Amino acid sequence: MKASVGGYARARDLRHALELLSVAGEAGRVLAGGQSLVAALNMRLTAGDILVDISALGACRGVDDAGDSLRIGALTRHVEIAEDPLVRAHAPMLAEAVGLIAHAAIRNRGTIGGAIAHADPAAEFPACALALGAEFEVESLSGPRTIPAAAFFRDTFETALAPGEILTAVIVPKAAEAEAQVIEEVARRCGDYALAGLCLTRRAGRHRLALFSLGPRPMLAERAMAALDAGDMAGAAAALKAEIDPPSDTQASAAYRRHLAGVLLRRAAARIEGGAA
Amino acid sequence: MSIRFGDPDRPNSYIGRTVPRPNAPRLAQGRGRYVDDLAPPRMVHVAFVRSPHAHARLGAVETAAARAVKGVLRVFTGAEIAAVCSPWVAVLAHLKGLKSPPQHALAVDRACWVGEPVAAVVAASRAAAEEGAALVDVAYEPLPAVTDMMSALDPETPVIHPDLGDNLAFRRLHHEGDVEAAFAGAHKVVAARFRTARHTGVTPEPRSILVDWNPAEGQLTAWHATQAPHMMQTVFAQHLAVPEARVRVICEDVGGSYGVKVHVYPDEMATAAIAKIMGRPVKFVADRLESFGSDIHARDHEISARLAVDADGRILAMDVDDWTAIGPYSVYPRTSAIEGNQVVNLCGGPYAFADYRAQTTVVFQNKTPTCQYRAVGHPIAVAITEGLVDMAAAELGMDPVEIRRRNFYADDAYPVTSPAKMRFEGLSHHASMDKLLTLMDLDALRADQAEARSRGVHRGLGFASFIELTNPSPFMYGIGGARISAQDGCTVRMDPDGSIVALSGVTEQGQGTEAMLSQVVAEGVGVRPEAVRVVTGDTQVTPYGGGTWASRGAGIGGEAALLSARALRGAILEVAAAMLQADAATLDIRDGVVVDAEGGAARLPLEELGRIVYFRGDTLPKGLPRELVQTRHFITSDYPFAFTNGVQASWLEVDVETGVVTLLKHWCVEDCGRVINPQLVDEQIRGGIVQGLGGALYEEIHYDADGQLLNGSMADYLVPMAAEMPDMVIGHVETPTRESMLGAKGAGEAGTAGAPAAVMNAINDALRPLGAQVTEMPFTPERILRALGALDD
Repeated sequence: MKASVGGYARARDLRHALELLSVAGEAGRVLAGGQSLVAALNMRLTAGDILVDISALGACRGVDDAGDSLRIGALTRHVEIAEDPLVRAHAPMLAEAVGLIAHAAIRNRGTIGGAIAHADPAAEFPACALALGAEFEVESLSGPRTIPAAAFFRDTFETALAPGEILTAVIVPKAAEAEAQVIEEVARRCGDYALAGLCLTRRAGRHRLALFSLGPRPMLAERAMAALDAGDMAGAAAALKAEIDPPSDTQASAAYRRHLAGVLLRRAAARIEGGAA
Repeated sequence: MSIRFGDPDRPNSYIGRTVPRPNAPRLAQGRGRYVDDLAPPRMVHVAFVRSPHAHARLGAVETAAARAVKGVLRVFTGAEIAAVCSPWVAVLAHLKGLKSPPQHALAVDRACWVGEPVAAVVAASRAAAEEGAALVDVAYEPLPAVTDMMSALDPETPVIHPDLGDNLAFRRLHHEGDVEAAFAGAHKVVAARFRTARHTGVTPEPRSILVDWNPAEGQLTAWHATQAPHMMQTVFAQHLAVPEARVRVICEDVGGSYGVKVHVYPDEMATAAIAKIMGRPVKFVADRLESFGSDIHARDHEISARLAVDADGRILAMDVDDWTAIGPYSVYPRTSAIEGNQVVNLCGGPYAFADYRAQTTVVFQNKTPTCQYRAVGHPIAVAITEGLVDMAAAELGMDPVEIRRRNFYADDAYPVTSPAKMRFEGLSHHASMDKLLTLMDLDALRADQAEARSRGVHRGLGFASFIELTNPSPFMYGIGGARISAQDGCTVRMDPDGSIVALSGVTEQGQGTEAMLSQVVAEGVGVRPEAVRVVTGDTQVTPYGGGTWASRGAGIGGEAALLSARALRGAILEVAAAMLQADAATLDIRDGVVVDAEGGAARLPLEELGRIVYFRGDTLPKGLPRELVQTRHFITSDYPFAFTNGVQASWLEVDVETGVVTLLKHWCVEDCGRVINPQLVDEQIRGGIVQGLGGALYEEIHYDADGQLLNGSMADYLVPMAAEMPDMVIGHVETPTRESMLGAKGAGEAGTAGAPAAVMNAINDALRPLGAQVTEMPFTPERILRALGALDD
C-alpha cells in the first residue's frame, strides 16, 4: 500500500518542532527514526497525519553523564545505546536490550525516544525504563515537565504525553555498586517481537521486575518483586503468574505466555545470582 | 556421438562444473529488469477492491466517490470485465470427479474469500488507484462461510456452490493389495494424526504484470513475472479471444516463484482485460498485504495414517486418510486436486511393501484458494511416511537408520513399480543413506546427545528419506486436457563472429536456469560458456515450452538445449569439413575453434567459418547445408515422471522449558541424476531445505472461524530467516536417467520435500524420553510445550 500522509515538515530545532506540532493540531505526529511509524503509514493503519520530523534535532541526541543519572537524548539511536560506554557502565540492561530489538537496519535508525513514545507493549525499551526507574523529559510550548516511567505508560500505544508535547530525553539512574540488571525474552525468531519478556534488577537487595508482551503496557510485577525481596523464588514465580493477564494471539496463547513468564523469571533470577540459568 | 561425462578432462567439460552465472553481474549492478521497473508511455495502474467477507452476495457497487479522486480514470465491476474476459473452470479429465465452478476475473455475483477481487480502480498512479479503491462502496450481503475442513461435507454445513451439489471438489481412493489383512496380521501397528499448516510462497518480488493492447495490430503484450510464459500466452489468447500469435508474454527478471507464479490469478486476468478495454499499458504489482490474501496458499492438510510392521521391522502395509481444503475454486489451469493426489502417489515411496491404501478428500471452503507450491504434496507425504517409520522403529526398539535400510528398495532392484503405481527407473536409497552417514559422524552425535541429556539438555536427531517427482511428462497435466506443455524446446544459433545465442522455453526465476543452459550449450557446441548468450522468457522468440515447474528446467529444458547445441555443432562441422576438405567425423570444436579430433590441432576458428557462411557463401559448394541455427524439442516418454531420491538428517535442541527449537545442523544427500552445476544444485537444495524448515517451525496462515485472515503481514507470518538456519552439509549420489543424453533429473524441490519430516523426527527423538510427541506443523514452542503437558489452561 501507499502511505496517505497529510503533510510533512522537518524541524530545525526543538522550538520549531513544537510550533509545527502546535499548528498541526490533532493531525500532528512526531517522526523520529520512523521504524514503527513509517511501517504503520505504509499499511494505512493511520492516514492523513501531518509529520513533524525531529530527526535533525542534534541537541536531542547522545548520552550525557548527569551525576547520579544518565541523560539519554530521545533521538539517540538503538545502535548508539548498545555501544555507548556510559550506558554499558551505568545502565547495562539498555545495552543488552538492544541486542534483542529487531534487526541491524532497524537498530541503526530507531531511537530510544521513539520506542518509548510509541509505547508498544511488546517493546523492550519501555519495560527497561520502567525497571530502571527512569524519568522522561518532555517539552511543550508551555514549558518542560518530567514524567516518571511508572506514570507514563497508560495502555497499548497510549502514554501520558499530551498533544503538543515532545519527549526529549530519558533520565536513567546510574546503577548502584553491585547492582544487577538483566533482560530475558522468548521470541519466535531472532529480532521478532517477544512472546514474553521481562527486565529484572536487584539493587541493595531490592528487586524491580518489569514485564513486556505480557499485558497491554509494560508493567511492574509488584507481588513477585516482594517475594523476590523475601528470597522466595517459588513464591515469586507463582505470584508473577497470578498477577498477569497476558493476551492471546496467533503466536502464543495466554497460558503459554503465563508459563513463559515463570520460566523467564527463574532464568533472570539465576543470572542475577550469578549462576547458570 | 555421446559425451564422456565420466571424464573430467574431456574437451569443453562444462557440464558438471560450477560456472559463473551470466545474469549475476547484471543483478548485482542493479541492472535487472523486473516488471515493476518498466514504465512505458501512457501506462496506468490498477488497484483492486477486495472482499472483506469470506462469503457474501454482491449488491450495488457505488463508484462515484472513487471516480472523483484526482488521477482516477475508470472503475470496473465484475460484469464489465466479464464482457471481455471469459470465465474458466479448473478441472482435469484424469482427476476423475474433480469439479469446480466457473471463476471470473472479478467476482460477479458472489465473493467467496477474503481478498477476492470484486472491483478494479484504474488511475495515473498506484496511490491514486488505492485512494479510489478505498472509496468504492460495495453492498455486501454476508453469507454463511465454510471454514472448517473436517466438517465441510457434513449435511448441516452450507454448500458454497449449490450448483455443484456439495462441498466435495475431489476424492480419490487408491487401494493395492489387502490392507486390512496385513494390519490384522501385523506384529506392530503405529498410527498418528498429522497436520500441515496452510502456507503461502512469499516470493521476494510479489506477483507483477504489465499488459498493453495495441488495437492497430490486435496485439496483446504482457510483461509478466511468471514461470510459464507460453501457458499464459495460451490462457490470455483463450480467455481474451486473441489468436496465440497475437499474444506475446515477456518474462524478464523474476524475483522468486516457488510455484506461486505458475497459476492464473483473477487480478492478473483483470489487468489484461482492462488493458484490452482501455487500449493502453496497465500495471498491477501486488503489495505484500494483498499477496497474503491473493497469492495461492498450500499445504493445509489433516491426515490420519497407520503403518503395519513385522517383528523384523519390515513394512507390511500403510493406510492413509488425507484431507485438504482448497478454498472456493480449484485454481486454473493446474487445479487444486494435485496436492492431495500427490499425497496418495508419494506416501511410502522409498519402501518396498505390498499393501497400500490411501484416500485424499479435497473440499471447498471460503478461504484463499490453494494450489501447487514448491514440492507439491511431498512434504506432507514424507512427513506421514517418515513419521510413522520412526514411530515403528521406536515401538520395535530399532535404530531409525536400520529400519529404513530393511525397507528400502534395493539399489539394484530397478525398475520397480510402487504400491501407489509410481514407476521408478533408478533410485539409490541405500547409497544415499551410506553417503549421508559418512558426512555425519553418527556415533559422535549420539554420544553428544547422551551427554547433553545427562545435563537436562534435550537434543534430537531425525532422518527422512524421500522421493521427488521431477521431469513430468504429459501424464501430469496434458492428458487431463490442460494446455500445459510437458515438452520444451531450444534454438541455438551461431552469429557471424562465432558467438552463440540460445533461446529456451524454460525460464529464469533467480535459480540459475540461464547459467545451466549456458554451460550445456557451451559443451554441446564446443565454446566457452561466456560465448553463449541465453535468452529466455519471450514467447515471440523462444520455442514453445512449459517453463519452470515440477523440477523440469534442467532435465527437460537442459536436454533440449543439449540436443540443439549438438545439432548446431553437427551443422558447423559439416560446413567446416567442406571448407577443410576433411571428414566431419575427424573434426571437433573446442573453445570456439574447429580442431582435429585426434591431437586437437587448430584448423579453423568459428569466426572465420561465420565470415564465410554469412558473407562469402559463394565460396562454399552449391547445395551445402549451412543452417547455423538449430532447434530441438525434448519430451520424456519412457516414464511418466523421473523420480529422484534422497535422505536428510536434522540435529537440533529442544528447550523443554520454553518449547523453543534450535536447529544445530542439517544434512542432505540427494540423487538428481547428472549434476550439471554443483554450486547451483547445492544452493537449490539449501534453499529448498530452508523452505522446508519454514514449514516445520514457522509458517502458518491463520484464519478465524468466520474466514477472516488473521496474519497477513511479514510481522506475523513467519518465514525462515538466516539467523535461525543451521549449517547444512549437502552431498550427492548420481544415478542419471537413461531417458536423455544429459541424464539430469530435477533438484528444485528435494530440500523442501524432506526437511519438515527430518525436523519432526528430530524433535520427537529429543522428546521421546519425556513421553511426548508432536505431529502438527509448524512445531511452535507452544505446541511442543502442550505435547509435554507443561501448560495448564
